[in-house]
Amino acid sequence: MAVKEKKSSRKTASPAVKGRGAISIRNVTKIYDPEGVNIMAVDNCSLEIAAGEVCMIVGPSGCGKTTLLNVIAGFHSLTSGKIYLDDELLCGPDKPLADQGADRMVVFQNGALFPWKSLLDNVAYGPMVQGILSKSEALDKARDKLAEAGLIEVADKFPGEVSSGMARRAEIVRALINDPKVLLLDEPYRAMDALTKSIMHEALLEMYDRTKVTIFFITHDLEEAIFLGDRAVVMTTRPARTKKIVSVKIPRPRDYKLLSSEQFRLLVEEAKEAVHEEAIKAFEAGERELA
Amino acid sequence: MIAWGCSDFGESSERVSKLRQSEWRRMSDQAISGNEVSKTDMAPKGLGLAWYQLKKNLATPAPYLMVFGIILWLGTYYLLTEGWKVPRFEKIPGPVEVIKEFFSYDPIWGTSLFTEDFHENVYVSCRRILIAFTIATGLGVPLGLFMGWSRKFKDYAFPILETLRPIPILAWVPLAIIMFSGFETPILFLATLASFFVTALNTMLGVESIDESYFRAAGCLGSKKHHVFWHVVMPGAMPFIFTGLQISVGVAWFSLVAAEMISGDYGLGYMIMDSYMVNKYVSMVMAMISLGFVGWGTSALVRWSGNQMMQWRVKALALEGR
Amino acid sequence: MTNAVQSAHDTTIVVAKRSKLRRLADNKTLWRGFASIILFILIWEVGSQSKDWFGVEVPFVGKVPPPSEVLAIWVEVVQRPGYWESWYLSFMRVFLGFFVAMIIGIPFGMALAVNKYFRDIFFPPFEILRPIPPLAWVPASIIFWPTTELSIAFVTFLGAFFTIVINVLGGARTIDVQYLRAAQSMGATQWDLFRRIILPGTLPSIFTGAAVGMGITWEVVVAAEMISGGGQQSGGGLGFFIWSSYMGGTLAQVIVGMISIGIAGYISSSLIRYIGYILMPWRRIF
Repeated sequence: MAVKEKKSSRKTASPAVKGRGAISIRNVTKIYDPEGVNIMAVDNCSLEIAAGEVCMIVGPSGCGKTTLLNVIAGFHSLTSGKIYLDDELLCGPDKPLADQGADRMVVFQNGALFPWKSLLDNVAYGPMVQGILSKSEALDKARDKLAEAGLIEVADKFPGEVSSGMARRAEIVRALINDPKVLLLDEPYRAMDALTKSIMHEALLEMYDRTKVTIFFITHDLEEAIFLGDRAVVMTTRPARTKKIVSVKIPRPRDYKLLSSEQFRLLVEEAKEAVHEEAIKAFEAGERELA
Repeated sequence: MIAWGCSDFGESSERVSKLRQSEWRRMSDQAISGNEVSKTDMAPKGLGLAWYQLKKNLATPAPYLMVFGIILWLGTYYLLTEGWKVPRFEKIPGPVEVIKEFFSYDPIWGTSLFTEDFHENVYVSCRRILIAFTIATGLGVPLGLFMGWSRKFKDYAFPILETLRPIPILAWVPLAIIMFSGFETPILFLATLASFFVTALNTMLGVESIDESYFRAAGCLGSKKHHVFWHVVMPGAMPFIFTGLQISVGVAWFSLVAAEMISGDYGLGYMIMDSYMVNKYVSMVMAMISLGFVGWGTSALVRWSGNQMMQWRVKALALEGR
Repeated sequence: MTNAVQSAHDTTIVVAKRSKLRRLADNKTLWRGFASIILFILIWEVGSQSKDWFGVEVPFVGKVPPPSEVLAIWVEVVQRPGYWESWYLSFMRVFLGFFVAMIIGIPFGMALAVNKYFRDIFFPPFEILRPIPPLAWVPASIIFWPTTELSIAFVTFLGAFFTIVINVLGGARTIDVQYLRAAQSMGATQWDLFRRIILPGTLPSIFTGAAVGMGITWEVVVAAEMISGGGQQSGGGLGFFIWSSYMGGTLAQVIVGMISIGIAGYISSSLIRYIGYILMPWRRIF
C-alpha cells in the first residue's frame, strides 16, 4: 500500500491549500468482464474537480457512479483513460489500478466502521497503522476529533451500540483524521430517514468548512446534491457519462433555511429534467439495485 | 454441521425486546429533536438486568411449562421402565434406579458418583477432549484463516481438505491403528481429525463472510498486510470461528465416544461398552447421562468464552432483542 | 475472438472475448487444485514405498499402503458382487434412518416453532437429550430392539433427528413476521398460513438440516456397522467391509473402503442438494 509521507500534521482548521486534492478524470472507461460478457460501466467520462471543491455526482442506481469512485479509490482498475491527483498520475494505461491510500479516504454506503472496535479505536486506527502517531497519541487525537464532532460521550461504545447517525458521523471523523486530500462518499446517507439526513448534512458541512477537503459525493438525491455541493454532475444510465453539470453558486456557510429559498428551487429545477430523463431510462432498463 | 449444545432460543427475550422497542421509540423522539442519546444508557445493566429478566421470565408460563415438560418426560421414562414394566422397556433401568445408584456410597453395580473408576473415566475422556480440541483448534484456525484470506492458498489447500472430509471419522479407525502405536494416540488422532475439519472449514467461511468494505476501508486507512490480518481478518471471522468451535467440540465428543467404544481402555465411551458387555445396564445409563452433561458443559464453556471475546457482538445482538 | 464494445463516442474499444474452453484453461483455481491433489498422491506414494525403495521408513505414512496398491486392489474389488452389496446395504440403512428422521423430525420441529406451549413443554427434554452422542445409544439400542438392523436404524434416526429438528426450528423462527401479516390481511386461515408461508419459508432450513443430517447419518451407519460387525455377525455394509478388511489384513482394501464411503456420502449430499434445487425454484437466482 502506498502511503504518502505527511510533512506536517495539522491539528486545527485552515483554508484550502492551493492545488491540494484536485482530481482530473480524463476519458476514463471501465469495462467489466464477468463470464466473458463485457459490461461497460463507465464510458469515456471526463471531469475536472478543483481542489477543495464539493463535487456531487447524481444519477440513477447502478449507472456506474460507484465504479468511478472505486477506480479513484483504487478498488477497481480502469480499462482506458487516465486519472490525475494534483498533477500526479493516479492510474492510467500503464498502471490501471491505483494504490489505495490515506490521501483518498472512502466512506461506504452501508458503513464500514469496524464493528469489533470502539468508535475511539476506529478513529485512531488510521494514524496508528500508518505509523504517524504512537498509540497513545493517536487515541488522544481521536478523542479531540470526536469531541469536535460532538461524539465524545459515545467514544467508548461499539458501532453496534450507537445509532446509525452517530456511526456515520464517526466514520467521517475516522476518514478526516487522516487529513486526506479527497473524501470519497458513496451514498452514505442513503439508508437514513429524511430527518436524520438533514442533521447529517449539517454535520458534513460543518466538517467541510473546517477542513476544506475535496469531496466527491455520490447520491441519487438531487436536493441533497444542490444543498451540499459546489457542482452537481448529472450522470447518464449505464454506461455512465457526464450528462449535465449544474453550478451551485451559493455562498458558504450554508444552513437548512436554504432549502426553502428561491435560488435553491431554481437550481433544482435546472437539473430536474435531466435527472428525471435518466431515471426513466434506468427504470426501463430494469437496473438491478446494487444495494 | 452438528449443532451440539447450542440452545439459543430464549423465549423470554421476546418480552424484553418489546420493552426495548418502546424505550427506543422514546429515544428516537429525542433524536429527532436533536438530542441524541446512546441506546444502552437507558437499559438496566449487569446484575440488575439478570434480576429483571428473571422476574419477567417468571411472570410468563414458560418456566412452569418447562418444569412440566421435564416431569412429563421423566414420568414417562419411569412408567415405561419401572412402573408398568412395559415389555422390552423393562430391561432398561429406570430413572429411580439410576438416580439411587448414582448417588449411593456403596453402589450395587459398583459405579456411582463417588466411586474411583467413575472419576477415572470422566477424567480420561475430558482430558482427551481437551488435547484433541486444543490441537485441532491450533491447527484448524490458522489454516482456515489463511484459506479464507489468500485465494492462492485456498486453491492449493482446499481440494485436499474437501476430498478427505467426506470420509466418516470412524472409517479412519483401522488406518489410525496402523499408523499410530498404542491405544491413546489413535483415539486422540480420530477426535482431533474430526474437530480439525469442522474448525478449518468454519474459520475459512468466517473469513469469506467478512464484508469486502472492511477490507477496503482498512486499505484506505493505510494498513499493511499484517494490520489487515490482526485488525480485520481475525476479529471479523470470530463469530463464525466460535460457532465452528462449538460444533467441533460436539464432533470431537462424537468421535471420541465412538473410538473409545471400539478400542478403548478408559473413558466414558469405554464405560458404556464395558457396562453393556457385562450387563451392568445401570452403569451404562449413568455413563450416557454423564456424557450428555459433560458434552453440554464443554459446549457452553466454548460459547461463554466466545461471548467474552466478542463483547461487541453480544451488545449489538442484545439491542436487537436476541 | 474479440468483442468490440461500442462506445457513444467515435472510439471503439476492443476487448478480447474468451471462449469457454479458453476460460477453463485460464482458470487458475482448477489447475492449482489438480496440482495439489497430484502432489498429495505423489507424496503418499513415495512415503509409503520409501521403505522398499530407499530402505528408510517414513513415520506414520510408511505403514500405509501406497496409492498404486490401492488402485490395483480397487480394480479387483469392483468386480466382486459382495462389494456392491455392501454399497446397497449401507445406502439402505442411511436412507431408512434418514427418511424416518425427516418424517418425524420435520413435523416435530414445525410444531416446536409454531406453537409456543408445545415448545415450552417439549423443547427442554429435547435439549437435555441432544448432547448425548448418538453412538452412546448403541448398546441401549441393542438391548431394546429385537434385531441388529432395527437397533442400527434407531441410532441412525437419532443422529439425524436432532440436527433436522434444530434446523427446522431455526428456519421457521426466522420467517419474517411481515409475510404472515401480509397473508392474514389477505384473509388467510391458519392452515393457509402454514401451507403457503411457513412451509415454503422453512424449506431452505429443512434442506440445510437434511444435508448436515445426511453427513451425520453416514458417520453413524459406518460406526454402527463397525461396532456391531466387530461383535456379532451383521449383514455387511461398507463399514463392515472396512472392518473385515482390517481384520483380514488386507490394508489396501481398507483404503478402498474409506474412499468408497467418501464417494457414497458425497453422492447422498448431492442428491439432497438436487432435490432442494427442484423444490425451491425461487432460490435458483443465486
